[in-house]
Amino acid sequence: MQGLIIKGLVKEYVPGKPVLRGINLAIAPQGITAVIGPSGTGKSTLLRCINRLVEPTAGEILLNGQDLVPLRGRGLRMARRRIGMVFQEYNLVERLTVMENVLSGRLGYVSLWQAWMRRYPEADIARAFSLLDAVGLPEQATRRADALSGGQRQRVGIARALMQQPELLLADEPTSSLDPRTAVEIMELMTGLSTSASVPLVVNIHNVDLARRFAQRIIGMAGGEIVFDGPPEALQPEHLRQIYGGEDWL
Amino acid sequence: MSASRLRRRAFPPNWSARATAFGLMLYAIYAFGQLDITWARLSVGFREAGRFLARMWPPNFSRAELLFEGMLESLQIAVIASALGILLALPLGLMAARNLAPLPLAVATRGFVAFCRSLHYVIVAILFVKAIGFGAMAGVAALTIASMGFIAKLFAEAIEEISMKQLEAIRATGAGFGAVLVYGVLPQVASRFIGFSLYQLDSNLRNSTLVGIVGAGGIGGTLFAAFKRFDYDFVAAILLSIIALIFIAELVSGRIRALLR
Repeated sequence: MQGLIIKGLVKEYVPGKPVLRGINLAIAPQGITAVIGPSGTGKSTLLRCINRLVEPTAGEILLNGQDLVPLRGRGLRMARRRIGMVFQEYNLVERLTVMENVLSGRLGYVSLWQAWMRRYPEADIARAFSLLDAVGLPEQATRRADALSGGQRQRVGIARALMQQPELLLADEPTSSLDPRTAVEIMELMTGLSTSASVPLVVNIHNVDLARRFAQRIIGMAGGEIVFDGPPEALQPEHLRQIYGGEDWL
Repeated sequence: MSASRLRRRAFPPNWSARATAFGLMLYAIYAFGQLDITWARLSVGFREAGRFLARMWPPNFSRAELLFEGMLESLQIAVIASALGILLALPLGLMAARNLAPLPLAVATRGFVAFCRSLHYVIVAILFVKAIGFGAMAGVAALTIASMGFIAKLFAEAIEEISMKQLEAIRATGAGFGAVLVYGVLPQVASRFIGFSLYQLDSNLRNSTLVGIVGAGGIGGTLFAAFKRFDYDFVAAILLSIIALIFIAELVSGRIRALLR
């Protein structure tokens, strides 16, 4: 029962109008999975149901054997700290420094007092520095997050997510706010780091070419359902037609 | 063609706004007519004002000890009331923020905060003078309640304006409620909170000079007594001292604000 297993996941923001219509999905404990599909088809909702930023309406989500859906309070926080997340708009705390943002990945582990007084264990601080080296920001630890460029912010976002030492990494449109070159660099960084840490990565992405280039598995969603599931080589124009509708754009 | 052009006007006229503006203009003309301003009244008024001002000069600082004691007490009332009010407003502001607190709690807290603000602080000061007697304690209590109500509302609004995306990211790390507050909320609101607090201290310096008139301590009592005895030169000395205090406070708070930027 290793990896992520989703069974019959339904989400209705408005009763009777499901955004996710019974998603069944099994993600191996390693590897890169890209989720593609048109805007508003429930990709973000799917990811946010996994770490419960969104409450699922029905279904089961098993992470390494534990069902996350019934969790409340402390149990939920313990589960969340095992799941790292990278956001489209980086979602760094703008007025905190880079170091504070990276260390906030440890907030599920340290006490409130330690967090407030910035008394993190030595090992955490050492790890934060090595992650900043790994994401290519070795000299930026004391800068405030709002002084960074978009690409730099996303690098901090990746470092924060990995700081959690997660068992699963989620990325919700991590490159959609970035220019094409930076988008490739961020994808390279994120896939490289998650592979070397052998953390499975599930990434929502608009750019089909990036999905093909970096993922070992592509999941196509349309209308709240999975309509394609396979390796990038198997993704044909007819599948894209089915996912996005129409064909003039192809 | 011309019909479709009309339908596509970029800035359609807002008739209700125009009607409101026209109504306000009519009312302003009517109200001005009711004021009964005549040259006779104006000339008498200016003459009286001139005589009053002449009796204020030169300001009389001979009762410096009385002046100093009153000013010090006002300052103490302002500082203590601001500190207590801000301290009490922190939890209230959080409880009143609709994006963080459960809705029933936010509504109840907002009701309480509105109640604290509903009476003017001088009226509250009168109530406290009746309840706990003459003196600075009544002034501190009255201004604490007023500050608490005012600041809690501003705190709540600042919290409601934060970016929930930053909060979401902190939540996603598995942080508890306290850590979400310290890492997600506080950095976003801290500088505004300090700004509001300085502003409240500034207002309280002024307010604390007034509560003395109803017996709630501070320079106001001395000022009121000087007025009643027609000691206008001493009144002038008191007013100049208050103005000096406010100016010094302005300089200090300006420095603090600049440091925070």
